[in-house]
Amino acid sequence: MAEPLLRVEKLVRRFGGIVATDNVSLDVASGELHAIIGPNGAGKTTLISQLTGHLEPHSGSVSLAGRDITYLPAYRRCALGLARSFQITSLLLDFTAADNVALAAQAHAGTSFRFFANARKEKGLRDAAHAALDRVGLAHRADVPVSKLSHGERRQIELAVALASKPKLLLLDEPMAGLGVTESQGMVKLLQELRKEVSIVLVEHDMPAVFALADRISVLVYGRVIASGDPAAIRANDEVKRAYLGDQHVVTHHG
Amino acid sequence: MKALSVSKAVSALMLAGLVLLPLYSQLSGNVFILTLFTRIVILALAAASLNLIMGFGGMMSFGHAAYLGIGGYAVGMLAQEGVGSGWIQFPVALAASAIYALVIGALSLRTRGVYFIMITLAFAQMAYYVASGLARYGGDDGLTVYKRSDFSGLINLSDRTQFYYLCLACLFGVMLLIWRIVNSRFGLVVQGLRSNEQRMQAIGFPAKRYQLVCFVISGTMCGLAGALLANNTDFVSPAVMYWTRSGDLMVMVILGGMGTLFGPVMGAVVFLLLEEFLSQITEYWALIMGPLLLLIVLFGRGGIMGVLGRAGRG
Repeated sequence: MAEPLLRVEKLVRRFGGIVATDNVSLDVASGELHAIIGPNGAGKTTLISQLTGHLEPHSGSVSLAGRDITYLPAYRRCALGLARSFQITSLLLDFTAADNVALAAQAHAGTSFRFFANARKEKGLRDAAHAALDRVGLAHRADVPVSKLSHGERRQIELAVALASKPKLLLLDEPMAGLGVTESQGMVKLLQELRKEVSIVLVEHDMPAVFALADRISVLVYGRVIASGDPAAIRANDEVKRAYLGDQHVVTHHG
Repeated sequence: MKALSVSKAVSALMLAGLVLLPLYSQLSGNVFILTLFTRIVILALAAASLNLIMGFGGMMSFGHAAYLGIGGYAVGMLAQEGVGSGWIQFPVALAASAIYALVIGALSLRTRGVYFIMITLAFAQMAYYVASGLARYGGDDGLTVYKRSDFSGLINLSDRTQFYYLCLACLFGVMLLIWRIVNSRFGLVVQGLRSNEQRMQAIGFPAKRYQLVCFVISGTMCGLAGALLANNTDFVSPAVMYWTRSGDLMVMVILGGMGTLFGPVMGAVVFLLLEEFLSQITEYWALIMGPLLLLIVLFGRGGIMGVLGRAGRG
């Protein structure tokens, strides 16, 4: 089997007495959409934070395309092709949509220690920004400050920002959070397009979306991966059903 | 955009006024106003440099007056040691400020928010006490600069008008530089970090490196103001680095409008003119000045530039 794009091995992270990530191992193949689901408090965000470099694990390792990145700072991982979106929208509110995306492109296009030339007139960066905005369907909102955009539009900008860095692997932390029904459907459609171009790790609560999109699903409960497999296998897994007792119908009846 | 044009018109008017001031001074025979405005222009330069890190960079430095002292002492100490050439004094003043900024910045930028304010303040106070302890250079009493910087006949700093125009040229040069910087790649990164550091890290920018470079640029610019100030007063003392002076600079920036190009200059002009005229009226001028500033900050969000912007919108 070829080297997976992302390999996580025996990752452990504790907060005091609580083991938030308990020996988690998983891998993401190139071109795969790997979803991570689990009830509230299962440690999904903790896991994502260790993948992005915002949190250091106590043991275990993370490697990207064969390179150990366990202790690299976030900005270095980004340079290696790892991009993320935030669960709670995190954008530069006083910048326009285009500026937000162009900055992401700028981070991957040479040095930013340039002090004199007007960066907003750099055609390469602007074109990249507009291409990414176009990709998420927001090209017409390019010059609007993000603070004036709706929640749904901001979720899309999050995605455009991640795309503009031309990542190998996209970590999406609940991209559907807070979206209405039609907005969610739009996002699913968009992700279906994007997955053709880039490998994706998707953390999401929206089960119909997960089962519609994922190649593989890993289920996280109390910090441990209790099951990992294709959607059909997960749907049939007894342990998963037990973990999702309250939401059982969600797992079994959708998709 | 009418909003822009009102503040732009006022800014242009102010700049024109600054350029034509020596002419007025000569025609009216009012020498004092030229002296006053030389000081205003120099402190406007210091405020503009502070605005680069505070307004655009979101780094609330409460120790910016330290650079006024460092630049000033570089000139004063070299003059005392017999080095009168401005070609040496000014580069030394800038280099000393840059080195101080590099060290202080590297340490201070490990902290954020209130801690950053307190640590920059603490370092500036340290510089203040170091200067007070320089017995050879006057200690507490300060140091008289008997001869202004000598630029080998190119420009005579003892000539009021020439010195004024030198200061004004420095101010305009620094403003031009700041304008280019804030629109550059570097400037966008620094402003992005002000807005959302976590996001900037996530898209691949190491925050501290950019902030430190910005901090050094700002400190160097303020060191230039310090060198000019020592020439203006023919004197440098620890008092120029006292924390209240750092506070004055912050007030000028906030009063004029943080994160705007012309705001700090406008703030410096208004602040220092108010100080001048109120202190002529009464000994207790601070009693009027304080509440006045409070009102402007409370009701004029965005400072003078903010008010002008809203006035333009009607």
